[in-house]
Amino acid sequence: MELFGLSLACYLLGALCALVFGGREAANRLAPAAAVAGSLAGLAGVLGAPVSAVSTLSLPWGLPLGAFSLGLDPTTRLFLLPVYILGAAAAVSGSLHLAGHEAAHAGGDRRGPHWFCFNILLFGLSLVMAARDGVLFLIAWEIMSLAPFFLISLHDDEADVREAAWLYLVAAHIGAVCLIAFFTLAMGQAGGSSFEAIAAAASAGRLTAPTLLFLLALVGFAAKVGLIPFHVWLPDVYAAAPSHVTAVMAGGMINVGIYGLWRTLELLGPPALWQGWLLAALGLASALYGILRALAQGNLKRLLAYSSVENMGLVCLGLGLGLIGRASGNDAMAVLGFSGAVFHMLCHAGFKGLLFLCVGEVLAAVGSMRIAHLGGLAKRLPVVGGAFFLAAAGIAGLPPLPGFLGELVLALAILTGVDLPGLLPRVGMAAALTALAAVGGFALAAFAKAGGLAFLGQPRTPAAAKAASPAGPALVPILFLAGCLLLAATLAPGLLGLAGQAALAFPGMDPAPARTALAGACAIARTVSLYSAGIVVLSLVLLWLRRLLIAAHGRRRGPTWGCGYTAGTARVQYGAASFVEPTSQILGQPMGLTRRLDMDPGLFPKRAQLFVTSPDVIRSRFFTPLFEAIARGCDALKVVQHGRVHLYILYVLATVVLLLAWKL
Amino acid sequence: MDMTQTLMVALVCVNLAYLAVTRLRSLTRITAVQGILLAAAPLAVLGQDPHGHATTLALGVLAIKGIGFPWLLARTLSRLEVNPVVEPYLGFNVSLLAGVAGLLFSLWLETRLPFPPGLFPPLLFPAALTSIFSGLALVVARRKALTQVIGYLAAENGIFLLGVPLSAQGSVWLELSVLLDVFVAVFVMGIALHHINKTFESIDVGRFCSLRD
Repeated sequence: MELFGLSLACYLLGALCALVFGGREAANRLAPAAAVAGSLAGLAGVLGAPVSAVSTLSLPWGLPLGAFSLGLDPTTRLFLLPVYILGAAAAVSGSLHLAGHEAAHAGGDRRGPHWFCFNILLFGLSLVMAARDGVLFLIAWEIMSLAPFFLISLHDDEADVREAAWLYLVAAHIGAVCLIAFFTLAMGQAGGSSFEAIAAAASAGRLTAPTLLFLLALVGFAAKVGLIPFHVWLPDVYAAAPSHVTAVMAGGMINVGIYGLWRTLELLGPPALWQGWLLAALGLASALYGILRALAQGNLKRLLAYSSVENMGLVCLGLGLGLIGRASGNDAMAVLGFSGAVFHMLCHAGFKGLLFLCVGEVLAAVGSMRIAHLGGLAKRLPVVGGAFFLAAAGIAGLPPLPGFLGELVLALAILTGVDLPGLLPRVGMAAALTALAAVGGFALAAFAKAGGLAFLGQPRTPAAAKAASPAGPALVPILFLAGCLLLAATLAPGLLGLAGQAALAFPGMDPAPARTALAGACAIARTVSLYSAGIVVLSLVLLWLRRLLIAAHGRRRGPTWGCGYTAGTARVQYGAASFVEPTSQILGQPMGLTRRLDMDPGLFPKRAQLFVTSPDVIRSRFFTPLFEAIARGCDALKVVQHGRVHLYILYVLATVVLLLAWKL
Repeated sequence: MDMTQTLMVALVCVNLAYLAVTRLRSLTRITAVQGILLAAAPLAVLGQDPHGHATTLALGVLAIKGIGFPWLLARTLSRLEVNPVVEPYLGFNVSLLAGVAGLLFSLWLETRLPFPPGLFPPLLFPAALTSIFSGLALVVARRKALTQVIGYLAAENGIFLLGVPLSAQGSVWLELSVLLDVFVAVFVMGIALHHINKTFESIDVGRFCSLRD
C-alpha cells in the first residue's frame, strides 16, 4: 500500500512539474520521468506483495459524502499491472516523440498540458481501481475519463482530431451518466457509500431494483470498454490520438470498464443466469463484429481499434461464462471463465500496447498509417517489424505466446459448460465455441493482413521506401514491452494461476471444485508451454540449418513477390482491399463491406481499381440518426435561448417561486 | 405597533417604490433609503446589544448600503451620460401590481413554511421576500443595465434582511463577508457597465441579443 501511495504521489508530482515547466523542454523530460517513477513504484508494490494479499487504507477527506478509502486485492493488482507497465513504456516513447519538434506547433507548445493530463490519467486509472467507495470511485472515474479528451486533442489543428476528441467525450459521458445513476441508486438504497455497505445491502436483499442496477452498470462500463453498440468511439479516437496515448488507452484504460463490471458483479451479490448469458452474447457479438470489421480496415490504427473491440468482447465472454457458472452452481466453469477473462485482458493489454507503440514508430518513419502507403518496412525498421510480428502473433492467439492460452482457457470454460442441464444451454455453449474458433481464425487473418501488408513485400510509396529505423532510445520502450511479453510467455502457467487468484476471490465461490479446475487448467498450460518450447527450439534449429545450407550454397536475392517476373512492381502485391476481397465475397453482408470494381470492359482492361470500403453501420444507421434527432430537439429549444438577459432572470425568478410554492 | 414592524412596513413601501419610480436618479435615492432602513434593522430586531455586534453591523450596513453603494451608483449615473428616464419593458403599473403579487405570495408563504418559533419577528419574512421579488422584478422588467444592478442590490438587501435574525447566533463575520462579496460584485458590475456602454454605445441590455449564437 505504501508503494501504491508513492506511485500516486509521483503521478501528482509529475502533473505539477508539467504545469510549472509548461512550455519548456524540461516539462517533456521531468513529467514523463515522474510517470515512469510512479509506474515503477506501483509495479514494485504489485509484484512485491503476494497477489492474494488484501490491504486497505482510509484517509480523512473534507467532503460531506463518501470516504477516501482505498484497497488492494487480487483483482485490483492484476488490473493495475498493465497500467503501470504501459504507463512507463508510453511515457518514455511519448517523451522521445514529442522532443524538440512540438515547439513549432501552431497553437504554441502543448507539451506541458499534455504531460499534465498524461500523469493525471495514470493517477485517475490507479485511483479508480483502488477506490473502495462509491463517491471516490465516481470522482476518480471522472478524472480518468476527462484526461484523455485533452490527450487526444494534442494536435487539435486537425479537424479529425477535434471531432474524435468530442466523440470520445460524448461516449465517455454517456457511460458516466449511467454510472452516476447506478451508484446514486445503489448508495441510496444501501444507506452508505462504501462498497462494503452496497455489498451488504445486496446480500441482505435490500437493493430494490437489481435488474435496473445491473443494466445501468452494464451500459456505463460497456461504453468505456467499447462493447457493441458502444464501440463507435474507438476507431476514430485511436486513429486521431498520439500513439503513446493510444497505447495507454487501449492497454490500460478500456480495461477499467471490465474492472468496473467485475466489481459491480461482486457488489450486486449472487448473479442471475440471464445476466451471464447476456454478457456472453454481448461479448461474442462484439468479438465477431469487431474482428470482421478489423479485417476490413485499411488504416492500421483503426484495424487495431476494432481488434480491441474483438478482444474486449472475448474478455466479456469470459465474464459471462463465469457468471453462468456461478448462477448454475458450476464453480469449475466459473473459475475458468473469470480467470480466462483476466488472463486474456492482461495479454491483450500487453500486445495491444506494443502494437500501438510500433505503429507510432511507423507513423513517425513513414508519415502514414494507411496500409496502401506502407509495405516492406520489416527490412527498413527491423526491430519495430519484429516487435510488431511478435505482438500480432500473440494477439491473434498463436501458440507459443500467451494469447493462445487465454483463448484456450475460455474454450475450456465453454467445454466445462457443456455439462449444464437442459438442451438450450448446451446449444448455446456449442455456438459459443464455434464463434470463439471463428473469431480466432479471423483474428489471424486480420493480423496477417496488418503485419504482412505493412511490413513485408515491396514499399508502396517513396516515403515507405525511404523510411529510416528510429534512433536507439526510441526502441527502448518497444524492446522493454517485447521483453515483458516474452517473459510472460515463459511464465504463462504461473500468470494463469495469478489470474485464478482473482477468480477465486469472487464472492460465493466454492473453493474446492474451483481450485481443482484451476489446477487442471494450469497443468494444461504447462503442457502447452512445454510443446511451445519444443516448437521454439525446433524453429531455432531449422533456422540454424537454413543458415548452414545458405552458407554452403549461396543465395540469390529477388524482389519480394517477384515470382519470377522480371518487371514486377509494388502494384502487383496484395493491397488492403484485395486482401479482403475473397472474404468479402462470402461475408460482405455481415462485415458491412461495400465493394466497387472500376474496370474497363473487354479481355485486356487497361485500368482496373478495386475499392472496398467499410462504413460502420451501427454508427451510420443508429447513432448518427439518434444524435441528429436529439440535435433537432435541442434546436427547437432555442426559442427559450433568445439572448434577453432579463427574461433569463425571469426564468430564475419563476423557478424560485415554483420551488418555494412546491407542495406547500 | 412596535419599532420592528414599523421598520418592516417602511421597507415594504420602499420595495414597492422601486417599481414605481420613473427616473434613474430617484432609484439611486431609494437604494439609499433602503440601505438606511436596513441599517436600523439589526438594532430593532436584535434588541439588547451587550457586545456591540448589532451596532457594528448597523454601522457597517449604513456605511456600505446606505452611503457607499448609492454614492457609487450616482457617480456611475452621472458619468455614463445616459437618458435619465427608466425605460421599462413592463409598464410601471403592471410592475407595481407584480410587486404587490410578490408581497401577497410572501405573506401566504409565511403562513405555510415551518419556521422555528420566535426566529423571525412578525412581518420580517414577507418584507425580506418582497425585497427579493421586487429586486428581481426590477431586473426582469427594466431595460437599462444600471436598473439591473439596482435590482440585484435590492434582492441582496432582502437576503441580508433574512440573515439579520440569524446573526444573533454570532454570524456577524459571515454577514460582513457577504457584504464584501456584494461590494465586489457591484464594483465589477460598474466596470462591466462601463464596457457595455462603450461597446454598445448604450446600457440597454436588449442589445445583448446580438451576442446569442
